[in-house]
Amino acid sequence: MQSITAALRSRAAALTLLAAALLGPVPGHAQLRLDITQGVRDAVPIAVVPFGGQADGGAADVAAVIANDLRMSGRFAPLERRDLVARPTSGAEIRYEDWRLLRSDFIVVGRVEPDGSALAVSFELHNVRTGASLLAQRLPSTDKGLRATAHRIADLVFERLTGIPGAFSTRIAYVAVDGRPPAQRYRLIVADADGYNPRIILESREPIMSPSWSPDGQNLAYVSFEGKSSAIYVQRLASGERRRVSARAGINGAPAWSPDGRKLALTLSRDGNLDIYTLELATQTLTRVTSDEAIDTEPEWSRDGQSLYFTSDRAGNAQVYRVVLDQARKAERVTFTNAYNARPRVSPDGKELALVTLDRGGYRIAVMDIASRNLRVLTNARQDESPSFAPNGALVLYATRDRGRGSLAIASSDGAFQQRLSSDQGDVRDPAWQPFAPRG
Amino acid sequence: MKWMHVLAIAVLSLGLAACQKPTKPDEAGTASGDTGAAASSSGLGGDASAAGGTTGAALTPQQQALADLQQKSVVYFEYDSSEIRPEYVPVVAAHASYLVKYPTARVRLEGHTDERGSREYNIGLGERRAQTVRRALLVQGVAEAQITTVSYGEERPAVEGSDEAAYAQNRRVELVYAQ
Repeated sequence: MQSITAALRSRAAALTLLAAALLGPVPGHAQLRLDITQGVRDAVPIAVVPFGGQADGGAADVAAVIANDLRMSGRFAPLERRDLVARPTSGAEIRYEDWRLLRSDFIVVGRVEPDGSALAVSFELHNVRTGASLLAQRLPSTDKGLRATAHRIADLVFERLTGIPGAFSTRIAYVAVDGRPPAQRYRLIVADADGYNPRIILESREPIMSPSWSPDGQNLAYVSFEGKSSAIYVQRLASGERRRVSARAGINGAPAWSPDGRKLALTLSRDGNLDIYTLELATQTLTRVTSDEAIDTEPEWSRDGQSLYFTSDRAGNAQVYRVVLDQARKAERVTFTNAYNARPRVSPDGKELALVTLDRGGYRIAVMDIASRNLRVLTNARQDESPSFAPNGALVLYATRDRGRGSLAIASSDGAFQQRLSSDQGDVRDPAWQPFAPRG
Repeated sequence: MKWMHVLAIAVLSLGLAACQKPTKPDEAGTASGDTGAAASSSGLGGDASAAGGTTGAALTPQQQALADLQQKSVVYFEYDSSEIRPEYVPVVAAHASYLVKYPTARVRLEGHTDERGSREYNIGLGERRAQTVRRALLVQGVAEAQITTVSYGEERPAVEGSDEAAYAQNRRVELVYAQ
């Protein structure tokens, strides 16, 4: 994971279609920024004290990164820095009564220290009410790695307090578009989960769509129209090496990786009719899954890899169906609430689907419990789309429109809150949250 | 996409095949933008306006027919529909006559949707619209080999905006004769 950023810089050679100058940081642009759009009730107050050994502010301010991550989760309300009454940097320096007065339930303190030619970051998490130490660790770091270390600390704090692994060390992929029709420029971008450190993966005059992470989080499949028609590419982030895996006549769309990483489900059109296929990447073996006159698209694998969820308008309007792969062509409908349900994404535990639903006149993000079919609408705008679960299942990242421009937003899976990730300029859309790296 | 139709006229009237060569980078940041590897860029706009002066030159009958045809080369659709509305039936018929008369002519049908709903599903809707026009052309005697289709879904709007006026202009099939 840590090598991705460095490796992205050295990947120019593989992208023969693209200028090397495109690579590296996004030039003063498309950085995402967290805007709280809805107050979070019941968020737990926590003090994240500026870490010793470093100046306040700047991109590497460890405490600021941790506080921002915890705020983004919707479950915590970090104290404003100006309200911090003291600056302890170790557990021994904490005067609990000060923090009880501020009604902070928990406190994170720490410091950055030289460690040979590199750095080390020590941190502690304490319960303000009881004074108990909940977590104390020392993590190796570097000047350039401080943000990554801070995300790691946020992951550990989040997991210690909620029992859910934090997803702050993962990345997100999305598409940014600028320019006006017909002279638009499309960029596929990978950034840290908090929107920092955006890197251009691909830039084109023609549309780029539907980024999909491989289960190991090392590759992206996506649709690019760079050849004046759609084709599916698989790009390895570490090396930049990419392969065109499907450029058949007609539509090549909606790639989705199988849980074992060996196949893509995808949409192809023969004679203009869209159906779902699977493609074994190593052998290019193509297997047809659906065969219907309707639009069948947006496939998504069940967690056990045995079936596919997909969107179809075979009943007259878009609904989500499921087909068991070895009993292909006998699809069962799974959504029944509302006249439009599309783009299913399976939750990490496999029990829920995030989807786009037409709810009271607006296209909104909902989560459906697969067993009970109970549909929970999470958002309330008019044009929300492209839901993607965080790898810990706690949040859903999606695309929305804000004052006429595409932007990204986050909702908690339980519907308790929404927050916007606003971009400095351009339209941003089609987000996909990277899965956790496999353990071991 | 209007430039593309104008460009097609320019190509024909100048008798140039050279238009396929990469366009030169323009000044970045101008309204017309700079150029990229793909052919959709502003350098072409310059070509087209230069060609404007040549349209007065003598055109072959085919060139004249194409120029007339390209006055009406977009078919618009109702929301969530891929039916050709009655007012566009003559438009499609005019393209069909041209393609039948000139069997070497090639048309590309680009299907589009408005921005509502899911992106990949909209690729399907755009394709369905393009296929409707394709079938109408085939029925009128156009050869399959003369037609290609592509769907851009909501990815290439004709106009920006999130109101019905913008949506109506974006739900369309463009008939493009660029090479």
